Amino acid sequence: MSLIESLPRAGGGLRLPRAEGLVQWIVPFVIVAIWQAACASGWVPARVLPAPSDVALAGWKLLLSGELARNIRVSFWRAGTGFVVGGGIGFAFGLFNGLSQLSNRLTDTTLQMVRNIPHLALIPLVILWFGIDESAKLFLVALGVFFPIYLNTLHGIRSVDPQLIEMGRIYGMRDGELFRRVIFPGALPSIFVGVRFGLGIMWLTLIVAETIAASSGLGYMAMQAREFMQIDVVVLSILIYALLGKLADSASRVLERLTLSWHPAFQNH
Amino acid sequence: MQEALRFLAPDAEPVERTDFIEQARLARRGSEIPSRGLPLTIRALRKSFGDNDVLRGIDLHIPAGQFVAIVGRSGCGKSTLLRLIAGLETIDAGTISFGEDVRAQDVRVMFQEPRLLPWARVLSNVEVGLGRDRASSDAQARAQKALTEVGLDDKRGQWPALLSGGQKQRVALARALVSDPRVLAFDEPLGALDALTRISMQRLLGRVWHDQAFTAILVTHDVSEAVALADRVLVIEDGRIAHDIHVDIPRPRRRGSADLAALEGSILRHLLQSADEPSEL
Repeated sequence: MSLIESLPRAGGGLRLPRAEGLVQWIVPFVIVAIWQAACASGWVPARVLPAPSDVALAGWKLLLSGELARNIRVSFWRAGTGFVVGGGIGFAFGLFNGLSQLSNRLTDTTLQMVRNIPHLALIPLVILWFGIDESAKLFLVALGVFFPIYLNTLHGIRSVDPQLIEMGRIYGMRDGELFRRVIFPGALPSIFVGVRFGLGIMWLTLIVAETIAASSGLGYMAMQAREFMQIDVVVLSILIYALLGKLADSASRVLERLTLSWHPAFQNH
Repeated sequence: MQEALRFLAPDAEPVERTDFIEQARLARRGSEIPSRGLPLTIRALRKSFGDNDVLRGIDLHIPAGQFVAIVGRSGCGKSTLLRLIAGLETIDAGTISFGEDVRAQDVRVMFQEPRLLPWARVLSNVEVGLGRDRASSDAQARAQKALTEVGLDDKRGQWPALLSGGQKQRVALARALVSDPRVLAFDEPLGALDALTRISMQRLLGRVWHDQAFTAILVTHDVSEAVALADRVLVIEDGRIAHDIHVDIPRPRRRGSADLAALEGSILRHLLQSADEPSEL
């Protein structure tokens, strides 16, 4: 499939082959197969990179001991809560600043200044404030997720076609209805861009925070394994990050597909 | 050649039949049914944007049910006049009155862009036109009826993105018609359409005006469109009405007929003259 093919065509919709669901897994599968072969032949020493089968075995052991499930649950909870809190606040600010000039003048400059601080640079400060307990991680994740969702919500609301807003007013829509029927659906594609950026930042922030200061979670599991030279567990954690990232992205894609079915890019008939 | 003729046939052939129907309609309407339209009176209307005086004193009376076309060169203020009539801009000086108190749904506008909500299906886009009556129980039935009127009842469940330009504009017309307006203002509604679609849309506009008997105000840069549709053509120059021309050609009018062409020619001469001799500038 060439690059151009995958762009939506004007008039017709994007037509995907039926096997698309399987096609996307071919490359990961081939990589794992080559990796297994390289390890089995002794070309890559197990000290550098354990074979996929060893990693799977380590995962199985951790699964049986319940340690893996517990760490995933803890990380998931932190990621989800931080995302909801940070995303919710970002969405609210995006909404207010997009709809109200006063609110925008009042807060936008401040937010833009804060945005330029890399939020991971706050880790030392956050540890001093919160120690290494849950609130430290939640704070960092929420802060990281806040900005992409704030910026994209604001951009989405600002870029709603003013002609449509005028049309809504002409046909007697009051503020609430105008928001519900014109502004919010118009801003939604942009908000989803923010959500997907936010999901990426969510994992990044969480993993860094857990590696530096935590006593549970996937990042902690990886750091603990490093201390005991369990390289298979380290690789396992990295693979789990990849899977979780893919899972979050897929979830947001499904949501996009459900809510943006009107959009030319999502019309498959 | 054969191909071309066949291509034109659906548009060209039924003229005789429609002529007959429209003549019957005209006769019926001319004799007994009073127009549902509202009369419109404009006195000493002025509007400026910054230092730019767009309208410099417009006086105009439009009787109920008349079809008025407004032509003029770009930037002459014709669209501004229409937006003032539709209540989309505030008046600097002067008055616009419809003879009685109007409700919002009595005056509707149709723009050059269809302005459909891309995330609402065709039928709910038409329901938007009901204004405050959107929540009423017969909203869907009324929207359905308006869609049938513009010949798109089979597209009611479609997304607007999948419609052609002409179809989108017909949905916009249905949305404007659904509240049974008494004044309908058109701001270059066919300006973005191709020539053939434009001709069939002109027929459609003429037909709904006959059937629904509203007062129609059409802003256009296409003089042939103006003389084909309107009872009266206003030429606006430099923010004033420069010419007020009554089109006494009986309906139905045949495109390309000698008297339409002669009238079109004389209006074009007015417009071009003012372009060649910018006497007031």
